Amino acid sequence: MTENKSQQRELILAFESSCDETSVAVVENGDTILSNVIASQINSQKRFGGVVPEVASRHHVEQVTICAEEAMAQADVTYADLTAVAVTYGPGLVGALLIGVSAAKAIAFAHQLPLVPVNHMAGHIYAARLVKPLTYPLLALLVSGGHTEIVYMRAAGEFEIIGDTRDDAAGEAFDKVGRVLNLAYPAGKKIDDLAKQGTDTFNFPRAMIKDDNYDFSFSGLKSAFINTVHNAEQRGEELARADLAASFQASVIDVIVTKTMRAVREYGVNQLVMAGGVAANSGLRARFQQEIAAHTPNVDFVVPPLRLCGDNGAMIGAAAHVFYNQGVRANGQLNAKPGLSFDYMTPERQLELSK
Amino acid sequence: MLVLAIDTSNQALTVALATEQQSLGTVTLNVKQTHSDGLMPALEYLFAATKKQPSDIDRVAVAQGPGSYTGIRIAVTTAKTLAWTLNKQLVGISSLAVVASNWPADQANGLIVPLFDARRNAVFTGAYQWQQGRLVNVLADRHMALAEWLPQLAATKQPLTFVGDTAVFNDQLIKLGEIAPASFDLPQASRLASLGAQATPVADIHSFVPTYLRMTEAEVNWLKQHPDNEGHEPYVEEI
Repeated sequence: MTENKSQQRELILAFESSCDETSVAVVENGDTILSNVIASQINSQKRFGGVVPEVASRHHVEQVTICAEEAMAQADVTYADLTAVAVTYGPGLVGALLIGVSAAKAIAFAHQLPLVPVNHMAGHIYAARLVKPLTYPLLALLVSGGHTEIVYMRAAGEFEIIGDTRDDAAGEAFDKVGRVLNLAYPAGKKIDDLAKQGTDTFNFPRAMIKDDNYDFSFSGLKSAFINTVHNAEQRGEELARADLAASFQASVIDVIVTKTMRAVREYGVNQLVMAGGVAANSGLRARFQQEIAAHTPNVDFVVPPLRLCGDNGAMIGAAAHVFYNQGVRANGQLNAKPGLSFDYMTPERQLELSK
Repeated sequence: MLVLAIDTSNQALTVALATEQQSLGTVTLNVKQTHSDGLMPALEYLFAATKKQPSDIDRVAVAQGPGSYTGIRIAVTTAKTLAWTLNKQLVGISSLAVVASNWPADQANGLIVPLFDARRNAVFTGAYQWQQGRLVNVLADRHMALAEWLPQLAATKQPLTFVGDTAVFNDQLIKLGEIAPASFDLPQASRLASLGAQATPVADIHSFVPTYLRMTEAEVNWLKQHPDNEGHEPYVEEI
């Protein structure tokens, strides 16, 4: 009986090392976290005001087997229990990705387990599967330090980008504005907190908000913010930091929420997933909840808890469950793909679907 | 004792399975490629061709650096993960020692000086000597401007044999000593296996990291401004 039971359990050991977190998780059946060990390098990287790739890679080597050992121990599983090994192979920092890829390949080889390659962005979306089942078609908004994308999913494991940033990612804008406000890296949480104490008095631009597409641009906002602060400094004027933060955040939220909700209506989806580091922003979450409650109450808005919004192995394990069952496998040649991306939806298909 | 040896420190990729008595097989590639592409297929072939299972090994010996940062990380990550997950011993050997050991003991007189081109006229280097069948490190591995290193070698007054990335520095080296023929420049994992069989295994596999011999530029600059490094350790924390 116990043998049967262990055969029914699908257990995936998942590795994530695309940026500055080393994480290893064990996920059961794509929806249950048995362990999710995350080692963060924030203390190291904040010395440099951002992630230095070579430093990140060095830390990953220090951490990877420690995280794996803890993940296996916390999940209380053996290699014989495992169904597969999964790993993020892109997008991300190439040197950082290579540590997870090398470790995952070594474990797959050592224990003759199948190896499942996972796109990091698919992982962010499937973090939502650890909260509740996903219903297709759905839209996913991915907002992080590297990405601002709206992704259409017709079915499980199918991803098409319908909107993307033309310059900076939303999280990048937060970090740059944080630097101007002298907030320590990473600045997202601090700007979010500061914004709560201020009001939108500066009326920064809402780039591309009315454009007939789902793309974003945040570099103009960043420049407007920097100019406002510098001009005030030259005049010897002190600007209210809370109002600056509130004004910046209001612009980001307005654009993201307006364009995403328009996509939700035009594509007729019933579920909206928000994921990525910036999904932790409380202002952004609250505005989506308000908008949906007021205008499209039938839309199911899913945001993973904070711990699953940042980079973590469990989300990779959740995505790997879908790919594993679709027969996706990598062999020993698996390499890191720093520029890995979902496909962009063709204009014809966009026109057809968004009627 | 069955030793698996892995070296991807520079352009060459070399892996071997060997016992103390004999080498079972070596796979060596010397082409421009990413080692992440080539390493695992080479290991798979090596094990399949020698009819061994990963669990049959007793020890993993890895060329720990110096070398290409990415290259030594791939070898070290693969080696430490294999050793940890299979519950086997792990030994780290200097990547320079592996190349130095190409020069046969019976021909060596004086110092064997392995060189890796570290660009901008700098080298990763050290000095080695065969003593009673063992390769001994005489001058520690270092990252140094070649112009600074050569006078130090001359000061030893010993005969010198250069091996490794010698071609680019040929004009400067030829004045000081003998340059080993190119056939000795390529690292061979069978040599690494034999050095690895003699070495003491590491006590803690988790803390095993490459020997970069260079701090990152970002850290050098940061430490210049913050000599006390205040408030930043531990650098990595579980969250």
